[in-house]
Amino acid sequence: MNLPHSGSLPGRPVYVVDGARTPFLKVRRGPGPFHAADLAHAAGRALLTRLPLPVEAIDQVILGCVSPGPDEANIARVVALRLGCDPRTPALTVQRNCASGMQALESAALDIATGRAELVLAGGTEAMSHHPVLLNEAMVAWLALWNAARGPLARGRTLVRLRPNQLRPVIALLRGLTDPLVGLSMGQTAEVLATEFGVSRQAMDAFALRSHQHLATALAAGRLDEVEPLYDHNGQVYTQDDGLRPDTTAEQLARLRPAFDRPVGRVSAGNSAQVTDGAALLVLASERAVEEHRLPVLGRIVDAQWAGVAPQRMGLGPVHAMAPLLRRHGLASTDIDYWEINEAFAAQVLACLSAWTDERYCRQTLGLDAAFGPIAQERLNVDGGAIALGHPVGASGARIVLHLLHTLRQHRARRGVAALCIGGGQGGAMLVEHTQTP
Amino acid sequence: MNGHFRIERDAQDLVWLTFDMADSPVNLLNEQTLESLDEALVTVAQTHPRGLALLSAKPGGFAAGADIHALGALRDPTHLVPHIERVHEILRRPEALAFPTVAVIHGHCVGGGLELALACRYRIARLDPATRLGLPEVRLGIFPGYGGTVRATRTIGHLQALELMLSGRSLGARAAERIGLVDLAVPERQLRQAACRLLLAPPRPHRAGWLRGTLAGLAPVRPVLAGILRRRLAAKAPPEHYPAPYALLRHWRRHAGRPTRMYHGEATEVARLLTTDTARNLIRVFKLQERLKGLGDRSLFRPRHVHVVGAGVMGGDIAAWCALCGLRVSLQDRSPELIGRAVQRAAGLFRTRLRDPYRIRAAMDRLMPDPRGYGVPRADVLIEAIYEDARAKRALYAELEPRMATQALLATNTSSIPLESLAEGLTRPERLVGLHFFNPVARMQLVEVVHSAHTDETVLARAAAFARHIDRLPLPVKSSPGFLVNRVLLPYLLEAVRLLEEGVPAPVIDRAAVDFGMPMGPVELADTVGLDICLAAAR
Repeated sequence: MNLPHSGSLPGRPVYVVDGARTPFLKVRRGPGPFHAADLAHAAGRALLTRLPLPVEAIDQVILGCVSPGPDEANIARVVALRLGCDPRTPALTVQRNCASGMQALESAALDIATGRAELVLAGGTEAMSHHPVLLNEAMVAWLALWNAARGPLARGRTLVRLRPNQLRPVIALLRGLTDPLVGLSMGQTAEVLATEFGVSRQAMDAFALRSHQHLATALAAGRLDEVEPLYDHNGQVYTQDDGLRPDTTAEQLARLRPAFDRPVGRVSAGNSAQVTDGAALLVLASERAVEEHRLPVLGRIVDAQWAGVAPQRMGLGPVHAMAPLLRRHGLASTDIDYWEINEAFAAQVLACLSAWTDERYCRQTLGLDAAFGPIAQERLNVDGGAIALGHPVGASGARIVLHLLHTLRQHRARRGVAALCIGGGQGGAMLVEHTQTP
Repeated sequence: MNGHFRIERDAQDLVWLTFDMADSPVNLLNEQTLESLDEALVTVAQTHPRGLALLSAKPGGFAAGADIHALGALRDPTHLVPHIERVHEILRRPEALAFPTVAVIHGHCVGGGLELALACRYRIARLDPATRLGLPEVRLGIFPGYGGTVRATRTIGHLQALELMLSGRSLGARAAERIGLVDLAVPERQLRQAACRLLLAPPRPHRAGWLRGTLAGLAPVRPVLAGILRRRLAAKAPPEHYPAPYALLRHWRRHAGRPTRMYHGEATEVARLLTTDTARNLIRVFKLQERLKGLGDRSLFRPRHVHVVGAGVMGGDIAAWCALCGLRVSLQDRSPELIGRAVQRAAGLFRTRLRDPYRIRAAMDRLMPDPRGYGVPRADVLIEAIYEDARAKRALYAELEPRMATQALLATNTSSIPLESLAEGLTRPERLVGLHFFNPVARMQLVEVVHSAHTDETVLARAAAFARHIDRLPLPVKSSPGFLVNRVLLPYLLEAVRLLEEGVPAPVIDRAAVDFGMPMGPVELADTVGLDICLAAAR
């Protein structure tokens, strides 16, 4: 198999100046207090206010968002203008499903690398609690008849054709989490991997528990300072990720019923990512911009890689994206100081870790000469992941890159890889380096 | 051009009569401008155009009303009555014209300005937040005297007209359209076209319907309605202190529906009211406010970002007010809950003041909760509104000053601590200034601009300019105990407390003060302000 080479960043180095994210708010009952644009605006406003940078200096705004609201067409533009960016600053919204936030970073990085921009505000946002509830097609067809009906008689005739099942709504969130071609829900694709790689329920639950514990520790140690509080109009303040269950136990997790393949599956709500609202934004800059505005530097985006896999095995996407990325740079697992592999499902992350070191999988499927060395547990998702804090699909890609850079800085480490699996059968990976100066 | 009016005739045979009062930033009605209008109308009438549009050249508005200074000079009723009668005559002229007339209104159109607009057959208002129409004469102790009582009742009906004149409140373009005060409210881009359309194909002029226009004004109905309105009025403004609205009700009850008598009533009653103490004092207050406005020159300073430290009632409300006035604001406090409550109050303020959801969101976006103080280096004005403790304030300044922009003002909202003591330890004591707001911030227009011996002149001028940018009235005062307002207020409050200690029941003290005309008794006031704050100020 040939290694696709499309991900290599050509041209100038790309620096991450700083980043901020909102607390991730679990979807509970109905729409949450913030729309996707509100979330991105809150994170962006804090970020742009604290940087020694006039807002007008931003050349471009790129946001990932899977499903912006009806009043948020090209949500990046909405957010840019609400942030006070110059009206002449262009903005675009990108969508690569669960990796939309990472796609935004890559697009921004390319703009800088190729010299088309000096400063780009990029990231992702998602308000999954605001994903629309739609009328089904039969109802839309009926409404068209109703609008065409003239006079009480025609209206009456149309009215009697209304059937109760036409009132059943389409929940866009659930449709979005179902593969449009093979019809499997994302949880079912995790079940596919669990079977293929023999991931047990105990292993999944243990991984989920670890996610909660790591997040709780990180929170207590103040390692989540990229989080900026949110304030709603009713005076409520949201200071931290609210999906965290610091006191959950293996026993409690074991009691949860399978959520997707009922009644015998292994993937439960407890060992899957939470459905959540949140946003994460970063400022990316060229060396020239860093020097001109005397900006701090958090790190460098070195390279990125995208890959496709069968939709049924979308969870293995990270392996397919990370392998060519590491090979291209001649890196072994031990050369990577920290890893962030998005926790869509515990089963899926564990399957990735198995495939990564599986001689047969690496040779036959990835076309490599040998398997990679293991990814050490103490270097992977060290401050928890989406199982504990949620996976707002448009935002997660930006969140893991931002947090990875913070982790590298805190541990004075150098190299990190962030990767996600992508619904529809893709994987994305980004190689970053910690540095404080250009 | 005949001094104050410009006449232009266009290809469609329409005359555009532009009111542009010479040597004045706003259009006012006084003897000169009104005579000039009369002359212009006579000239136009002789040329028989298809229609006449009356508009203003002033960016601020159509017309700001009667010239209060000139009215004040005509204090003697023997001069006033003929003046008002002459104005009646001039404003009846457009009605007698053979062709249609339209007032094209933008910005302020209040008092005599609206009465002028009402004299036209049609009115069009520019649809934007700056357009305000109203008859606020009662706030000066009089009522509309340039035919307003006749034309307002005829155009929008008795009850709505009375409501407008008795309350003195102003309406936006859309609300004015809804009640028929203007025929159309259109965005600026459509203003001229709308005027042309009304003049070239004139519809029937707007008149109040049968219920509002006729029934409510019938002789047997009027005393009943007047009684109801009188009772409602009494709850807000006692007749002993505010005679004007009662005089207006009486005038309406006696003469409604009979224009000749109403014109006559306006002339005699308004002339009489102008000589009352109430009108004289209210006009004096108005003039003083105008003077305070003149103390801040907006052009000296263009603040864009305000950082407020302390999200208590004062700090939070100052932040919200600044955001409402279009400034970017960051609000810092150690307690996220306090910031949350301030944001909630701000949301309420924006909802009632702005209504429009887009403008509410823009205001909310301008107000940034800032627990970590990111806004400090960006601020043009930094306002400290934490608790009254000199040591805490000085410690805060020591933290803030090194992070502030070089040109930024450092302002304190202290009500009782001398600025000299707060300036100790500052690297640049000359930029410390007091901006003492009063509670509730959104309603109290006065802001004491306090200077110490160190305060720089330009800093002071910028602070006063800032007050004008947020539509408050700057009152420059020296940093002496209590500044000015509390210096005046405290002896009064202390006397009330002394009486209380001597055994006079609190309700009796408050009752006496309210009867005298105070909005609130001293005991209740001290309690509302907070006894701790009173004590700190008294010391």
